[in-house]
Amino acid sequence: MNALAPIAPGLWTDEAEPRLIGGRRADGEIIFPVPDGDAAALVEPVALSRKGTLWSWTTQSFEPKEPYSGPQPFQPFLIGYVELPGEVIVETRIVDAAPDDLVIGMPMEFAVVTFDDARSTYAFRPERQP
Amino acid sequence: MSDDVYIIGAGIHPFGRTDGRSGRDQGVYAVREALADAGVEWSDVEFAYGGSAAAGSADIMVNELGLTSVPFINVANGCATGGSALTAARNSIAAGACDIALAVGFDKHPRGAFNAKPSDYGLPLWYGETGLMLTTQFFALKIQRYMALHGISRRTLGLVAEKAFRNGTLCDHAWRRSPVDLDTILNAPMVNDPLTKYMFCSPAEGAVALILASGKKVRELGADAVRIASVAFRTRPEGSFEVFAPSISVNGGGKPTQIASNAAFEMAGIGPGDVSVAQLQDTESGAEIMHMAENGFCADGDQEQWLAEGWSEIGGKMPINTDGGCLACGEPIGASGLRQVYENTVQLRGRGGERQVPNGPKVGYSHVYGAPGLSAVAILER
Repeated sequence: MNALAPIAPGLWTDEAEPRLIGGRRADGEIIFPVPDGDAAALVEPVALSRKGTLWSWTTQSFEPKEPYSGPQPFQPFLIGYVELPGEVIVETRIVDAAPDDLVIGMPMEFAVVTFDDARSTYAFRPERQP
Repeated sequence: MSDDVYIIGAGIHPFGRTDGRSGRDQGVYAVREALADAGVEWSDVEFAYGGSAAAGSADIMVNELGLTSVPFINVANGCATGGSALTAARNSIAAGACDIALAVGFDKHPRGAFNAKPSDYGLPLWYGETGLMLTTQFFALKIQRYMALHGISRRTLGLVAEKAFRNGTLCDHAWRRSPVDLDTILNAPMVNDPLTKYMFCSPAEGAVALILASGKKVRELGADAVRIASVAFRTRPEGSFEVFAPSISVNGGGKPTQIASNAAFEMAGIGPGDVSVAQLQDTESGAEIMHMAENGFCADGDQEQWLAEGWSEIGGKMPINTDGGCLACGEPIGASGLRQVYENTVQLRGRGGERQVPNGPKVGYSHVYGAPGLSAVAILER
């Protein structure tokens, strides 16, 4: 995993337990990702919670057109939104789950996962019960 | 009443696939139909607005229609292209700038799902590269949560699609003209859970043109006119949940559809209970369900009973998507919003044939929604 390059810089922190990086606006609202360009100056970067709850989910059954650049052959995947309490609801891949496992409101945890041979991306997975 | 603006002519090029005819040529076809319907000549049109998302500029149509020096403004406003053209044409007449104006929308999209370029929407490339930037996902994510919160069943999603295809069989401009039964819809391959392939509309081709006129011109021509009671076009408010959103506010927010709907009802001086027929954005089955509530026609969750009782069928208490909507007609972006207004014009004039809403509908409501979170509502009155 360490050999993989993040799909883009600045999406998550470089630490043992990485966290997504959001941007806090002057009015307190947090957005994700931190915007590019002049809008970046309007937010303060903030590391987000690694734990949240499932807000919604769906399957991606067909291969998206470009600029999708996932590994070949195409494998269907899960996506969803995870609510990070008091922070923001982020759109994300969902891993280590099947559609039947997913229930809105269930606890989810952050993960950095393999995207293709060279790159990693971020995802959430159902929280493992201790 | 000098501000009143009317639709006096409506033309359509059949939706679907027309190999060998460009999107713009379909637009020209629709304009000629609309002119003939209105009983006016192209040289009578004093202002024109139109556009497409993927089939080029509208003003080039003067090559075919005639070089009359008409001011022709190209509209490029994504899913609101048709709604924007209608708004501008209506306002030009209301402002007294002209007595006859054209609003036209057309399109011709390649097969398969729409593919959006992240930079066009101010989004980073990784968002598209990782497969998160699909309009179909947004609608699935929105209805998945809505179903969980408001007790909508998968069967109800299927009933919406079944109704659309049934209405499409009665409509000569629809693309899908064959009925599809509920079991086939529910058991079809899943595209984005909970939506199967029959629950989604497809990108398509088609064109719609509307000729608008002032009250003075309507009287002069003795036209078969339908009054535009209101048009309202709104973009998204703070905190709303829209297509192509890498994040959403935890604090919630308004919806562009609710805002446009409220504004349109207020301008028309009527409420949802006064509407006789509605065309609501049905990009997929769930969108029709959610838009029934967002436009004020029912409370969240009541759609379960509406579909079970057939209240939104032709002949029901408030027919919805009487021409089969996007599900049966497909979605040529530039033309889709105007198709809804076309269909209401047909219904209010009593020219719906086999799909005519009974008992002389008096008020027609249309609603279009699209990326990146905009909504346009038009209310017509007879």
